[in-house]
Amino acid sequence: MAAELSLTVNGEPHRAAAGSSIADLVQAFGLDPKKVAVERNGAIAPRSTLADVTLGDGDVLEIVHFVGGG
Amino acid sequence: MSIADESWADDSWTVAGRTFRSRLIVGTGKYKDLAENAAAVAAAGAEIVTVAVRRVNISDPKAPMLTDFIDPKKVTYLPNTAGCFTAEDAIRTLRLAREAGGWDLVKLEVLGEARTLYPDMRETLKACEVLAGEGFLPMVYCVDDPIATKQLEEAGAVAVMPLGAPIGSGLGIQNRVTIRLIVEGAKVPVLVDAGVGTASDAAVAMELGCDGVLMNTAIAEAKDPLRMARAMKLAVEAGRHAYLSGRMATRKYADPSSPLAGLI
Repeated sequence: MAAELSLTVNGEPHRAAAGSSIADLVQAFGLDPKKVAVERNGAIAPRSTLADVTLGDGDVLEIVHFVGGG
Repeated sequence: MSIADESWADDSWTVAGRTFRSRLIVGTGKYKDLAENAAAVAAAGAEIVTVAVRRVNISDPKAPMLTDFIDPKKVTYLPNTAGCFTAEDAIRTLRLAREAGGWDLVKLEVLGEARTLYPDMRETLKACEVLAGEGFLPMVYCVDDPIATKQLEEAGAVAVMPLGAPIGSGLGIQNRVTIRLIVEGAKVPVLVDAGVGTASDAAVAMELGCDGVLMNTAIAEAKDPLRMARAMKLAVEAGRHAYLSGRMATRKYADPSSPLAGLI
């Protein structure tokens, strides 16, 4: 098992420790998991499971929130 | 009904079982900053705001957030799909929005081209059906076509929102005939979405019998956005009262208001 995972987060390459959960990643960015939504490899990652889902090498993640819009 | 009992003052409307008193929905884009944005929402008396779903800026995660200025517990957030050009993108965006905020009342908008931002009705209908099937309550931005709005209702739209003119154009209601036809035929609320430039445009939409008006640029790009927000609030109320009061018939020639009898 690699010590680090290669991820794509919001279109940018990113590295995370092996064994990290989605919640770990979100918190590492200083984000409140209650204020964002996460898509992992094209599928919604339900908020209730963020702490339970372990990231895999090559995962593609989208972290979104609400911004002003018309 | 008399002025004294003021029962006419309570004029709420209901979309998908949710009741609101304000008939003005405002966008949250294009403002100078989030504080001005929040002040404009308050001045407009809006109970619903449209919001966009975008990637978090992970290089600056501490940037101020909309939710810090406009409290989603006090103001209903209506996540929109502005910027989506396919049904697939719109559906994906709203699934994320539901996960982020838990809201199923959403604004669906699938655009056809960047130049006009006209809705792509084929993709819009497709997305509406899928979303309704997944339990979403889509309020749908659409062309001002009474057949298209009927088809949207059949596809599960909880409100239809025809454009008055292209998004951000401020040209006002271009086709009163089609908006009126949509209002007459609709079984769900009708809101003019897009094209309003100034207060009289909002009043026209309401005088045509629309249930509400949705706008962003007309307030955000006014030189004094807070004053324009207030103007729009009053215009929507004025237009609504004018519609309910039943306007006079028009005549081709003059008709004096003072009695002709007893002239000296």
